Amino acid sequence: MAASTPISRKPLSFVLPTAGGIGAFLGLLLGTGNGSGLIGMLLGAAIVAAMAYGFIVDLQNEKLSKWISVIGFGIVGFMFGGIILTIVAGLVGMFYHWLIYWLYEGRYRAKLLPYLTPGQVLWHYGFRCIAALIFIFLITPILVIIPLSFNAQDFFTYTPGMLRLDPEAYSLKHYQDFFTNNEWQRSLKNSLTIAPIATVISVSLGTLAAVGLSQSHMPFKGTIMAILISPMIVPLIISATGMFFFYSQLGQFMENTLGMDKNLIGYIKVILAHAVLGIPFVIITVTATLVGFDQSLTRAAANMGANPMTTFFRIQMPLILPGVISGGLFAFITSFDEVVVVLFIGSAGQKTLPWQMFTGLREQISPTILAVATILVVVSIGLLTVVELLRRRSERLRGMSPA
Amino acid sequence: MKLTKTLLATTALTVAAGMVSADGHMSSEMTIVSWGGAYSASQKGAYHDPYAAANGVTIINDDSSAEAVAKLRAMSEAGNITWDVVDVVAADAMRLCDEGLALEIDPDTMLADAPDGTKASEDFGDLLVSECFIPQIVYSTTFGYRTDLVGSTAPTSVCAVFDTETYPGKRSLEKRPINNMEWALLCDGVAKDAVYDVLATEEGQQQALDKLATIKDDVIWWSAGADTPQLLADGEVIMGSTYNGRLFAAIEEQKQPIGMLWDAQVFDLDGWIIPAGLSPERQARALDYIMFATDTQRLADQAQYISYGPARKSSAPLVGKHKTLGIDMAQHMPTDPNNAKNTFLYNYEFWADYRDDIDAKFQTWLAK
Repeated sequence: MAASTPISRKPLSFVLPTAGGIGAFLGLLLGTGNGSGLIGMLLGAAIVAAMAYGFIVDLQNEKLSKWISVIGFGIVGFMFGGIILTIVAGLVGMFYHWLIYWLYEGRYRAKLLPYLTPGQVLWHYGFRCIAALIFIFLITPILVIIPLSFNAQDFFTYTPGMLRLDPEAYSLKHYQDFFTNNEWQRSLKNSLTIAPIATVISVSLGTLAAVGLSQSHMPFKGTIMAILISPMIVPLIISATGMFFFYSQLGQFMENTLGMDKNLIGYIKVILAHAVLGIPFVIITVTATLVGFDQSLTRAAANMGANPMTTFFRIQMPLILPGVISGGLFAFITSFDEVVVVLFIGSAGQKTLPWQMFTGLREQISPTILAVATILVVVSIGLLTVVELLRRRSERLRGMSPA
Repeated sequence: MKLTKTLLATTALTVAAGMVSADGHMSSEMTIVSWGGAYSASQKGAYHDPYAAANGVTIINDDSSAEAVAKLRAMSEAGNITWDVVDVVAADAMRLCDEGLALEIDPDTMLADAPDGTKASEDFGDLLVSECFIPQIVYSTTFGYRTDLVGSTAPTSVCAVFDTETYPGKRSLEKRPINNMEWALLCDGVAKDAVYDVLATEEGQQQALDKLATIKDDVIWWSAGADTPQLLADGEVIMGSTYNGRLFAAIEEQKQPIGMLWDAQVFDLDGWIIPAGLSPERQARALDYIMFATDTQRLADQAQYISYGPARKSSAPLVGKHKTLGIDMAQHMPTDPNNAKNTFLYNYEFWADYRDDIDAKFQTWLAK
């Protein structure tokens, strides 16, 4: 693949329009932000094309033109804003300079196979651009909130001070609020109580159901499967309404007849409801793993005298464990993220983190939500990294190369 | 059959046991429903914390006032009311009272007298707009504008909202007809006294919508009270309506470049209701809390945290300085004479009669 293709200089009639086109794209973005997209587009195209012409025809010196480009853009950035803008503009200048020479010298062909047609080359880079854009669209909303969570003001706004990197404009007060505010702490505790218990219930029941459903002698398989995964398909608000009335009755029975504590009943109700929502995920992932499971293994175990319990725990369970774990993760996230059902079923004593965030957004747009979001993002990245490292480790131990 | 009998018997026993223990006792935990944010914080400082400290009660906050009517209906249908005291606007209190979902209150026996012995019914006066409603604050819906984005002449009249030539830029208005229709008519030349007479007619409603249509392209519609302060802080709108307390917080606590436009502010009331059908010990607790939280001193205390006017006449002279900022709160009250030169009072009767109809028209107009 890394064949080195001989490269040659390209004509201006190719470099100028291509560079101009890319300039137009960035100009369009900037222009739309500042009033007129069209003017920005034309200006961007003109500036980059002029740069290309100047560098290639007049200067003919790659190093010098690089500095001119970086410093020129940097000065423009400095005129419009603070340090950050200067740095960003400098980087943009560097990018355009690199782009112009990359196109002009034909370097874009260097690492590709020599026999590719221009169309294939275009697709090669076009495909990477599309992938990068998708990545940017996915990741920017998450990245944008992180600096905002350090805002010294109580608004979701990048203040001029923040853009100037003024230390005064940043503060940890929203984090402090999260860790000292009773409401936030209680909802965090509730979420951390409800989600794991609900997960354990969904994983046990869901795995059992999946194992049962994968038996060949099971009657009405399709119907039972459809009913079991219906919580995933029925719109949440409808299940929530139904659950509200169902669990109200159940709660009254537990309170009046069994004499249980009201608060405990609240937790039981929410946990059961969340378990029901999590079960379909477990069933689906475990069923998928069971498809590749060789049933003759269980027969072999039975043949050697193991009872069904032993067979399940010693033979079947270890083999389907990846499916069980990923189903469990889905069930956990379902409960941890869930806001509709808990709004219906829970009372204020069971307020979970998403509920608190939801009311926080409705009634007061407080950056404490962003602080919580940042913490959750960091924790999830940490968890995923740990899980991935463990997976690779176990694969290495089993002598497989990481997939 | 046997099982049913046993169940019935145990139920009866537990209920009876509950009755006995309730005698003279109050529950040790209560759920108070409110609006969240700075408003709940003010109630916590002025009412919840002192009450909890004095009585050893655990108070749980539920920020669900926005959907109080719907939720109380559902709770009552399911026979499972989990709320003890609910903070609602007066219009919601009326609806809940009409539907029998709220407890009727006798102000003179269930609420505290003023320090000088004036009966509560007299102290609250006209603000007792419903038999179930215990008024707490007077708030207003009014406009804030960005001082740095409106040019050299700051707006002084509500009609600046409709004047896109002098004040070009976006405005934020609440996504409902109430208040917007009144302002539109007022700025379309209808005399203030005649606004509701005009609005009662088909042509009048059309006139108001036509006036709103002149700025429709420049309006960002909000539905939560926090939206307008955020939009103003972002500079996304140059002026917008919201509750005066939100603007106070943005101006004085967050030091945003925002000015108050008090002209044609619309007063409304907010207060407590107690859900009907609570168990005796919970009801006793709720009434005890209400007696404490709506006395003269407590209502004045709330104004240390937020710029809403106390509902009792006797509380007004006790309004002091802001708890942390130390600024005089009286001048920030919507009821202050300087701010209240031109005001509306939310017309409960009119909107009770016309709300559904005008709402439907407004939403159709909005979707056009």
